[in-house]
Amino acid sequence: MPERIMFTMGDIASAEGALSAGCKYFGGYPITPATEIAEWMALRMPQVGGSFVQYEDEIASITSVIGASWTGVKSMTATSGPGVSLMLEAIGLAVMTETPLVLVNIMRGGPSTGQPTRGQQGDIMQAKWGSHGDYQIIALTPASVQEMFDQTVQAFNLSERYRVPVFVLADETVGHMRERLVIPDEKDLKLEYRKLAAGDPADFLPFKPDEDLIPPMALLGSKYQFYATGLTHDERGYPTDKEDVQLELVARLNNKILHNADKIIDLERFMLDDAKIAVVAYGTPSRSARKAIKEAREAGIKAGMLRLKTVWPFPEDALADLASEVKHIIVAEQNFGQVYYMVKAAAAPTPIHLMAKPAGMPQLPHEILDKIKEIDSL
Amino acid sequence: MNLVSRYEIRIGGFGGQGVVTMAVVLGETLSLIEKKFVVQTQSYGPEARGGASKSEIVVGDVEIDYPKVMEPDVFIVLSRAAYLAYIKGLKENGILIIDEDLVEIEGDLPDGVKVYKVPATRIAEQEVGNKQATNVVMLGVLCAITKIVTNEGLQQRIEERWPRFKESNLKALELGLKAGEAALVGQ
Repeated sequence: MPERIMFTMGDIASAEGALSAGCKYFGGYPITPATEIAEWMALRMPQVGGSFVQYEDEIASITSVIGASWTGVKSMTATSGPGVSLMLEAIGLAVMTETPLVLVNIMRGGPSTGQPTRGQQGDIMQAKWGSHGDYQIIALTPASVQEMFDQTVQAFNLSERYRVPVFVLADETVGHMRERLVIPDEKDLKLEYRKLAAGDPADFLPFKPDEDLIPPMALLGSKYQFYATGLTHDERGYPTDKEDVQLELVARLNNKILHNADKIIDLERFMLDDAKIAVVAYGTPSRSARKAIKEAREAGIKAGMLRLKTVWPFPEDALADLASEVKHIIVAEQNFGQVYYMVKAAAAPTPIHLMAKPAGMPQLPHEILDKIKEIDSL
Repeated sequence: MNLVSRYEIRIGGFGGQGVVTMAVVLGETLSLIEKKFVVQTQSYGPEARGGASKSEIVVGDVEIDYPKVMEPDVFIVLSRAAYLAYIKGLKENGILIIDEDLVEIEGDLPDGVKVYKVPATRIAEQEVGNKQATNVVMLGVLCAITKIVTNEGLQQRIEERWPRFKESNLKALELGLKAGEAALVGQ
């Protein structure tokens, strides 16, 4: 399809990004503020020859996505915090079985049912640590309608490349705001697809990794017979309680992401080159920070921003570098402090100042400007 | 419209009056037809109808950083609850447009605010023959008073968006323009 231009909301941009990435299966359960994604997919999936299924709950939704992905179809779901809470057990299964899938979480106020129509960024740690055990996922944090599209495409590419669940973590404001969206000509999009199993089925080992630590994937319904389980498994896919297999598997599930962190992580440096004070932000607060920094510069204060477009794997090296460039770091996030702890661990001993706001309105530009001025006067 | 970095519009009413649709049509026109930078947001409670509801537009000739309205240049208000909930923050010398049958000015306004009173709901009900056209009447009023958007742009967008209902909506727009021009003269 040729280039299209729309004035539309982040939720719909994400759905269009999925479709442009070749997603042909959406299994979900509508929830504010992610409902528009399901609504749009219900309309669009039949037009592209894909399937949309609304399930009885989030647990059925996510497990259907895992099953669909194993048939070779790029698959996704979309929900909000309460829905992610229900999906977490299956996220662990997807990690352990190395199932490519995309989960869009339009973050609303929490804990629990919280404030359905108000935004927050309270699910950063949940995305990383919500399921049990030691594992890595990838999580992207868009800040505009265009990025909802672009980063959903990227989410599919990363999930296919690394055989891992990828989260798109957008706060409600980004999900529900409308802006201009340019959907590129499909010829201009670079799309990735998982490595597929090849060779003699008799010799096939479904969980034997290549040098890049990622095993080629056999699909359900293909000539390969295999077994995929949430139990610790050897290269044949068979469950085992051997310690060496457990150690090797857990290390590989983590390292296939961590060793490629520099290829995965996407950051924006804004006015940082001579900055003495850096704001670290993502999603809607990063847009407040951008305004505050421009105004701080007009007032002669050397401020800049490191905007995180990827929060998992966490950009530790970039934060350590930032800590050596600037005198102070402000973390502004729409929660009570989550990325803050990661920044503290990576950037110590540079002073880190938290601007926490676990509520629907993000930190306002003038509030961030006031904080920059306060720190500048120290 | 002259080059401007940031112009903020807030629309308030109760759920069901079409305040979000009004902002979306305005946003589509400004973004897709007039090639401005635009962000549209809304805020509402869990109710499907009733409750104070607001929608917002930030428009400019440069990329919009902070997406929500901070100090509206214009506040259009269609219900008393929305007036009370969202009047705070209206800019000094800003513009306040009210549906005169539904909203009264209560309390102090910031210095220099210009108030325009228009019977938008009455015009929609009696002259267009459909109360649902109130938001399009108000788009015409906004266009006449602020010139932030062109009449031609709105006409084009209405035709594209509502081919089946274009006649009644174009009529509502025209009546709104006239009412807005009359309110301007009355100032």
